[in-house]
Amino acid sequence: MGDNNFNRRNFMKSTALVAGGVMASPFAATAGFYAESAAVEIKVALIGCGGRGTGAAAQALKSHPKVKLVAMADAFMDRLQNSLKNLKEEMEGEGGDRIDVPTSRQYSGFDGYKKAMDHADVVILTTPPGFRPIHFKEAISRDKHVFMEKPVATDPAGIQSVLETAQMAKSKKLNVIVGLQRRYQNSYLEMIKRYQDGMIGDITSAQVYWNQGALWVRPRKPSMNEMEYQMRNWYYFNWLCGDHIVEQHIHNIDVVNWFKDQTPTTAQGMGGRVMRVGKEYGEIFDHHFVEFTYDDGVVMNSQCRHQPGTFTRVDEILTGTKGRIFCRQGRIEDLKGNVLYQFDKANKENNPYQEEHNLLFDAISKGEYKFSNAEYGAHTTLTAIVGRLATYSGKVIDQQAALNSGLSIQPEEYSWDATPPVLPGDDGLYPCAQPGVTDYFKS
Amino acid sequence: MKILLGFVLFMMGNHLVWSQGEFKAYEETIPNSELAFEMVPVKGGEVKTVIAGSEVEVEVTSFWMATNELTYDEYTHFMQDETFSQNETMDAITRPSPPYIDFTLGMGKEGGFPANSMSLYGAMMYCKWLYNKTGHFYRPPTEAEWQMACEAGQSTSEDDLAVTADNSNNAYTKVGQKAANKLGIHDMLGNVAEWTIDAYTEDYKAQLAEVGSEDPVLVPVSRKSYVTLKGGHFRSPAAEVSCAMRIKSDKLWNRRDPQIPKSRWWNTDAPFIGFRLVRPNVEMTEEEIEAFYAQYIK
Repeated sequence: MGDNNFNRRNFMKSTALVAGGVMASPFAATAGFYAESAAVEIKVALIGCGGRGTGAAAQALKSHPKVKLVAMADAFMDRLQNSLKNLKEEMEGEGGDRIDVPTSRQYSGFDGYKKAMDHADVVILTTPPGFRPIHFKEAISRDKHVFMEKPVATDPAGIQSVLETAQMAKSKKLNVIVGLQRRYQNSYLEMIKRYQDGMIGDITSAQVYWNQGALWVRPRKPSMNEMEYQMRNWYYFNWLCGDHIVEQHIHNIDVVNWFKDQTPTTAQGMGGRVMRVGKEYGEIFDHHFVEFTYDDGVVMNSQCRHQPGTFTRVDEILTGTKGRIFCRQGRIEDLKGNVLYQFDKANKENNPYQEEHNLLFDAISKGEYKFSNAEYGAHTTLTAIVGRLATYSGKVIDQQAALNSGLSIQPEEYSWDATPPVLPGDDGLYPCAQPGVTDYFKS
Repeated sequence: MKILLGFVLFMMGNHLVWSQGEFKAYEETIPNSELAFEMVPVKGGEVKTVIAGSEVEVEVTSFWMATNELTYDEYTHFMQDETFSQNETMDAITRPSPPYIDFTLGMGKEGGFPANSMSLYGAMMYCKWLYNKTGHFYRPPTEAEWQMACEAGQSTSEDDLAVTADNSNNAYTKVGQKAANKLGIHDMLGNVAEWTIDAYTEDYKAQLAEVGSEDPVLVPVSRKSYVTLKGGHFRSPAAEVSCAMRIKSDKLWNRRDPQIPKSRWWNTDAPFIGFRLVRPNVEMTEEEIEAFYAQYIK
C-alpha cells in the first residue's frame, strides 16, 4: 500500500485550485487552513530517531507525495545520523528525494526537539515515552499536527499533562494520531464492527497477553555517565519507559478499553523479576499479572512477561454473553465453539502502521480535522500505569486516585549533568519495587 | 532483477573432489542437547527437469537431505546458545534478535513444530552455527537440489503427503505427521514453504546458461534480493502444490515490522515459511565453507 494509496485526482484538483488563486500563508494556526495551500509541502520533523521513529518517518514519507522530512532531533547525534542513513536506504527510489535534513537541521541533546519543531508543520514523536508529555505540549502549543507513539506518558503527572494538551489540540483542530495501531488494522475493525452489532452480546470478561522472550540490552561503557547510560538503555528505567506493561502490553489492554469504550476503575495484581535480575536490567519487572475491573464488574485479566524459553503469546480474547472474539486469529465463535466469523488474514489484512500515516497526511493535505486520539491514548496509558502501580505495590489501585495523585517519576531537570531519579546502589543494582513495601501515593 | 552469477567453486564435479565416508542415512545429534535429526542420501547425477516453465538439464552432486523441516526445538536451541552474542554485526556467528511478536500465532512451538518466519539470513546463520557445532557443512538446498529430491522421492500415490490449504485448517502441523516420500523425506510438499539459496528468476534457464549447469546456484546480490522458496505451504491450495511450484519471496512478508531498518532475522507476516537442511557429499576446506556462508551472511 503506501505509495499506491495517494489519490492523484484529489492532488491534481487541489494543485489547480492554488495555482489559480492566491496562495494563503501556509499552516497558519487556524482550522481548515490547508485547503488553500494544498500544493505546498507538508513539512515533517522527526523527534526521536530510534528504529521505530525511523520507521514512522518512512511511513509518513510513503503516505503522501507532498510530505517532506525537514528536521530531526534525538538525544544522541550518532542515533540520529544512523537513522538518517537507514531512512535514505529504505526510501531510495521511493521518495528519498523528499528527505531534506542537512546538518543545520539535525539537533541533538535534550532541547533539540524545540529547534526541530521550528521547521515543521507536523511532528512525529517517537522518543522514549517519558518525554512524550512535554514534547506533545510543545507541539500543540506551536500548532503542529502530531503523530505520536504509544504510550503517551510513564506516570500520572504525564497523563494529566497529555489530557490538558489533548483539549488544546481539540480547540485548535490539530490532528493527533496515537500509534495504537490495532485501531487502524482491518481485522480488528471488522471484529469491533461485529461486536457492536451484537454478535457476542455483552462482554463479560477479557484476557490479554504479551508474553515473549527477552529484549535488547545495551552495555554500559566507561565513557557514559549515569544519565547517558539510562538514556541509551531506556527500556529498563521507569521514568523513560514505564515498564513493559506500559510500553508494550498497552496494545492488548487498549483493545479491551476500545471495545468497551471505557477504562477499568481499579486494578490489583502481582509481578516481579525472576530472570532479569542483574544490574544490566535497571529497575523494571520481567512479569506482571493484573486483574483490571471495570465499573460494570467486568474483569480483564492481563498478563505480560519477558522471559526467554517460556510460553509465548500476544493476543486478546473477549468473552461475551453469546460468544468469544479471538483477536489474534481474527475469529469470532459462539460459546459452543462454532465459528461465527473468520477474518481472511492472508488476503484482507492491511499494514496498520502505514494506514495511520495515510489517514493523517490525507486529512492534513485536505485541510480536514479528523483525528483526536490523544485523549484515548492518555486514558489507556493510564490503565497500564495503574497496572504497574498495582504490581509494584501489591495493593488495589484506584484509577481516579492514581490520576489525581499527580505522581511524577521524572527527574528534576533534563540534562546530561542532571541526576536521574533512580540510581544504582554500591553493588551496581538498581532499587526495585517490592510488593507490600513499595507505596506510591496515599489513596 | 539483479542476480550475481555465482559459481560455487566448492561444489565442483565429483571428479575433483572425494566423497566423505559412506553415503548412507545418518543421524546427527546437536551437541549439548537432546536433539537429533535424520539425514538421508539423495543420489546426484544428470537430470532433466522443468524449472520456471522451461526444460533444463542440470548436474547435481549427491547430497544428504534432512527428513524433516527444521523444528522450533532446534532453532530455539540455537537462539538460546549464550556462547554466541545476539544480533551483533561484528561477530562471525550471532543469534537472532528476540522477536517482538509470537510467530507461532498459536499454531504450536515445542515438540516438533516447524520453525517459521525466519529470513534466509536467519536460516543460513543457523546452518553456520550448526557447522560450528558439528563440523559438518549444512545449508538450505539450491532450487535444483530441492527439485531433484522432490522428484526423485515422488511416489505414484501422492494423495495424502502434504499439509495444504485443503486439509490444514490454516495452521502448520508438527513435522513428519504425513507419510514420507520414497526417499524417506516428510513434508517436502506443504506444511511450511522452504527457503532455497537461489535468487528468484523467471528465466532460470537463461541464468543457467550463465552459471553453468553443474550444481547451479544463483547467489542473491543482497538481503533485499528476491529468493525462491519451494514446496508450497499450509495455505497453498493442494491443486497448486507440486515439485515444480515456486514461491518468490516478498517484501510484504515483513511489512508489519514497524521499525527501520527492518529485522534481518524475522518476517512479521510469513508464518508459512521455514527451511530444511542439506549437506553436500563433497569434501570442502574450512576456507571454502566460510566463503560460502559469507555470501549469505553479510
